[in-house]
Amino acid sequence: MSQSNIQAKIRSNPKFAELVGKRTRFAVILSLVVLVPYYTYMLLVSLQPQLFAGKISDGSVITIGWPIAALIVVGGWLLTGVYVSRANGEFDRLTEEVLKEARK
Amino acid sequence: MKRSITALIAGSLLAASFAAFAGPGAIEGVEKQPVNVSAIAMFLVFVVATLGITKWAAGKTKSTADFYTAGGGITGFQNGLAIAGDYMSAATLLGLTSMVYFKGYDGFIYAVCFFIGWPIILFLIAERLRNLGKFTFADIASYRLDQNRIRTFAAIGSLTVVCFYLIVQMVGAGQLIQLLFGLEYNTAVTVVGILMMVYVTFGGMTATTWVQIIKACLLLGGGISLMLLTLAQFGWSFENLFTKAIESHKAGEKLMIPGSLMADPISALSLSLGLLFGTAGLPHIMMRFFTVPNAKEARKSVFYATGFIGLFFLVTMVLGAAAISIVGTNPAFFEGGQVGGKLIGGGNMPVMHLTKAVGGDIFLGFLSAVAFATILAVVSGLALAGASAISHDLYARVIKKGTATSEQELKVTRMASVGLGITAIVLGIAFKDQNVLFLVALAFGVASSVNFPVLILSMYWKGLTTRGALWGGIAGLVSSVGLVILSPTVWVKILGNKAAIFPYDHPAIVSMSLAFFVTWLLSVTDKSERAAREAAAFEEQYIRAQTGLGAEGAHAH
Repeated sequence: MSQSNIQAKIRSNPKFAELVGKRTRFAVILSLVVLVPYYTYMLLVSLQPQLFAGKISDGSVITIGWPIAALIVVGGWLLTGVYVSRANGEFDRLTEEVLKEARK
Repeated sequence: MKRSITALIAGSLLAASFAAFAGPGAIEGVEKQPVNVSAIAMFLVFVVATLGITKWAAGKTKSTADFYTAGGGITGFQNGLAIAGDYMSAATLLGLTSMVYFKGYDGFIYAVCFFIGWPIILFLIAERLRNLGKFTFADIASYRLDQNRIRTFAAIGSLTVVCFYLIVQMVGAGQLIQLLFGLEYNTAVTVVGILMMVYVTFGGMTATTWVQIIKACLLLGGGISLMLLTLAQFGWSFENLFTKAIESHKAGEKLMIPGSLMADPISALSLSLGLLFGTAGLPHIMMRFFTVPNAKEARKSVFYATGFIGLFFLVTMVLGAAAISIVGTNPAFFEGGQVGGKLIGGGNMPVMHLTKAVGGDIFLGFLSAVAFATILAVVSGLALAGASAISHDLYARVIKKGTATSEQELKVTRMASVGLGITAIVLGIAFKDQNVLFLVALAFGVASSVNFPVLILSMYWKGLTTRGALWGGIAGLVSSVGLVILSPTVWVKILGNKAAIFPYDHPAIVSMSLAFFVTWLLSVTDKSERAAREAAAFEEQYIRAQTGLGAEGAHAH
């Protein structure tokens, strides 16, 4: 079977549209979950640095800025885990089905 | 080949040991330290081990796919470590800790900026990169565009970034090694250049990958051990650590909040854009995605890489903060014993002094050796990316139009690696004692304004045409380089003018926007027949990007 024939079959398979739609949405949402807090953080450290001066607890010297920055790093990493687990499971299963059905 | 490797091994060992005993006869740099025997011994162990790996890898490197991508046989976990190894340079360890040491919280903001590109690379780029690319980033940029012009331009973009980055690393290597090992600057640069050539020329991607994996493990292991030793000194209490830091630092409580570094929002935005998208446009990083067998492993690599890089950044934050009280109050680490004066060895040394303070001479030797290894791993990745742009893109595709045999291409790539090694040594020596910080801005500026726009648009935008990509790329290249020249660092500090013409050190906010705008404008107005063909070809590329159809066979050989 020719390559373009396989491509046409993939294109017309509703599962392909489902795969692309779901994965694109998921990727965009996760990107926003990373970028919106990050740029908010960048704007605030730039314009309102005193917001980060509050202490994590009474009597502590540690400001809330430190755990917030650490949270952006750790949170960013955990989100990569969320993406990989769904993409390597659900999305890859869908991809395999689409490819198998196109090669029939 | 075996004989020449052995000869080179012997040669570089000789060069290193000769330099070690060259002693006072050599020209003295101002900051040159006494020869550090334990550091050199530990580094030699690393060199022997990695050269052994190179010998093994050379036996496995038979085809171009072996050379460029280790035959696609690297697992996600291994590749994750190698990516982390590519990204965590000696400058990261020394620079980030030193930033926290001097500026406190501002150092953390910087670390977050360097980190944040990784999740985005995974969500938007990683799997498409793997599905579309074969050996280089130009494979993707020119997938459905003009093979001559776009591939040539993408290769030039790669080589530009590689050269800027290489100079930064070589100059850093020379200075660092002169400090830590007591070796002569030129000797250090030459040793780094020769070892880099050996790894890349003989072992290709397999050797480079393992050098990076070993280095990443050493750097993470060394950093974490140092952090644990340090935290023990503060009774395992961050509260205690920061209280002492505030007491010891002249900024006092201000240490704990954002300071002047990000005070200008436009400058902060430009920096963060450049780092965010520049990371995604670094050719040696992109190349790593072609070493894994499929998109599944590509995703896993970013997950592991992001974890290791994030962990490492957090560790460096603790080390920097701990150094404030441990190093900052100890006269032994200041020139003339004057606390608060000039640090021995310069502003990048806090973490090294901290190592000596909590771990003694042996640990200092170990970390110095790791820093040396780190530089080697980073320059090897860069050289490999540069060599592949020359041999795969320019030679095999543009000049030979795909008719070159595997043997011819391998020969050219090895010559290119040697050429890049020599270039790196020459440039490293030429830029001695220069302030090379602006080259980091240049590397990230070009990566974010030349490589990134064409990469992302070719993957996502059907309407991209050759004309748009070419002129957009040129606009990005000219504006990013031009603006860095007009920036405060170059125009004022290096060229000695009074006021900077462009007020920000990082050009991305202007140059990247301009690149995207020009690309868009000249693509949508392109009504040529070629443009229509290119838009029609998007369909096939899109399906391959989404499903990997046609990509599975890319590594079969």
